[in-house]
Amino acid sequence: MATKTKLPFSKAQYLKWYEDMLLIRRIEEKAGQLYIQQKFGGFCHLYIGQEAVVAGTVSATTKDDKHITAYRDHGHPIAMGIHPKYMMAELFGKSTGMSKGKGGSMHMFSKEVNLLGGHGIVGAQIALGAGIAFAEKYKGTKNVCITSMGDGAVRQGILHETFNMAMNWKLPVVFLIENNNYAMGTSVERTSNVKDLSEIGESYDMPAKSVNGMKVEDVHDAIKWGAEHARAGKGPVLLDVRTYRYKGHSMSDPQKYRTKEEVQSYKEQDPIKMVLETIEQNKLAGQKAIQNIQDRVKAKVEESIQFAEQSEEPSPEELYIDNYVEADYPFIRDNKF
Amino acid sequence: MRIIQFREALNEAMSEEMRRDERVFLMGEEVAEYNGAYKVSQGMLDEFGPERVIDTPIAELGFTGIGVGAAMNGLRPIVEFMTFNFAVLAADQIINSAAKMLQMSGGQYGAPIVFRGPNGQAGQLAATHSQSFEAFYAHVPGLKVITPSNPYDAKGLLKAAIRDENPVLFMESERMYGDKGEVPEGEYILPIGKADVTREGPDCTIISFGKIIKLVKNAADELAKEGIKVEVIDLRTIRPLDSETIMNSVKKTNRLVIVEESWPFASISSEISYQVQNQAFDYLDAPIRRLTQSDTSFAFSKSLIKEALPEVKDIMMAVKAAMYLL
Repeated sequence: MATKTKLPFSKAQYLKWYEDMLLIRRIEEKAGQLYIQQKFGGFCHLYIGQEAVVAGTVSATTKDDKHITAYRDHGHPIAMGIHPKYMMAELFGKSTGMSKGKGGSMHMFSKEVNLLGGHGIVGAQIALGAGIAFAEKYKGTKNVCITSMGDGAVRQGILHETFNMAMNWKLPVVFLIENNNYAMGTSVERTSNVKDLSEIGESYDMPAKSVNGMKVEDVHDAIKWGAEHARAGKGPVLLDVRTYRYKGHSMSDPQKYRTKEEVQSYKEQDPIKMVLETIEQNKLAGQKAIQNIQDRVKAKVEESIQFAEQSEEPSPEELYIDNYVEADYPFIRDNKF
Repeated sequence: MRIIQFREALNEAMSEEMRRDERVFLMGEEVAEYNGAYKVSQGMLDEFGPERVIDTPIAELGFTGIGVGAAMNGLRPIVEFMTFNFAVLAADQIINSAAKMLQMSGGQYGAPIVFRGPNGQAGQLAATHSQSFEAFYAHVPGLKVITPSNPYDAKGLLKAAIRDENPVLFMESERMYGDKGEVPEGEYILPIGKADVTREGPDCTIISFGKIIKLVKNAADELAKEGIKVEVIDLRTIRPLDSETIMNSVKKTNRLVIVEESWPFASISSEISYQVQNQAFDYLDAPIRRLTQSDTSFAFSKSLIKEALPEVKDIMMAVKAAMYLL
């Protein structure tokens, strides 16, 4: 028997990562199938391949920390502890969905776990995240805001305005680039002379690291470092987390911009497979316990689909709720005769 | 009653609300150390300190987004734009983020925030610095839009805007900051969505808002000398529009002239005209008339400005046309 080297994380942590990432993977696989079957409409940006990013982010932050992300947001609520049935119901546009069927795939919110969206305009959440962090500092808390964005958002002007102010004001924010190397079909290399995204913060003096986003341990360590830095009042950090999406940008993507070999090379370093190997090689759980996890995940996925399919559509009057805080706003009603 | 300037009324509104509610803060270009580009925030840095009166870099999109994020997370920001012309750079955060946050989150996260600053033409500033944005923002559900025309309304409405749970655009004017008017000591709030009938009369209704209402007053005075008694409605709030006050007045006078400082196409006067013909068709004794800015970009030369804007005599003529006196 090989000598037992001490693992950097607990058995419980590895098992939780495995279960959370597997749940996201299986839910997303199903979401993709259901979308093709036209069970729901709109856009559908799958998180498959990127699971380690959100899993390592959530494990390295506290319950009171805030999270905001872009439109590839199906994984966030699940990793943050929301039952996937509420996410699935939102994909279906049902009244039981996370945003009552008003936000859909791109706009998952949960006040319960401090997930402040799910945002569909590329880069808009960068400033919102800094503002959320601004409020934490203003209120004198020790909380940070993890502000996620894709590599495409890095080229938006709002990033530069926000980075400048966030550094100048020492806002407690971790800027996390979920760098899957493609802004839709345009690779990072094709959009700028600055191809190493960790350099983007340099002209604002922002500390930065590049991270292997296929390894959940590495993501966790980087977020921990960034969050502690921000919590200590030293201001923001930038993490260029290099990950990969196995599926297209959205469901209508023929993926002519990359090779099958490239996709395969990333699948060989699959984050879920790697965590499972760690569990197995270190005997953190027996086959039965692993099977139990897989069964639990399967059951949750089935339950989620059933819940989403059986939930009610929002009532027509729901259209007039939540546009304004007050219930009696005098809407002009010329939409029906 | 004491007389103070428009800018002082705004300053009092913000300062009183900041004393009352620690969540309220002011951010924008030159609001702190410079005391405001138009001195609206004079002395506020001294009273509230740099944590609550915050100078930003020239980065409208970024600081507006930071304001909206802060509002989502429990604060009550006042974001000052040096003018609403520059807020065009921040329109994504106003229209896509602030206006829709409550709805897209299914009621979980709102954006109680005030965007304020000067709006509309202010003399020879040429095309990009002379635009009125009421119709742009009033088009968007989720937003409220206020344009006060005098110091009293400005104070009462700004306090209401700061306390409102929704995103509010509060539109002032460089040309109004020095205006003086009666403002009582002590606190008062004016309701959002309530127009003010500033002059009663049986012959014709004139609806207007913002600084051009001064011309309406002059026209009403001149018309009175000729024996024509008009009713003047100052909208004060553009969205939600006080349709009830409008209809009540039209039902009384049976004639309507609308005067606004912005462009004609898809304007506030367009919307009011639709509503009045729809809800008070049988009460109208004449076609609705309106006066707006020219359907052109605003030009620099004084002679071109004179051509672009309606004048007192135009308002008088429009009223007479509505009364079939021409």
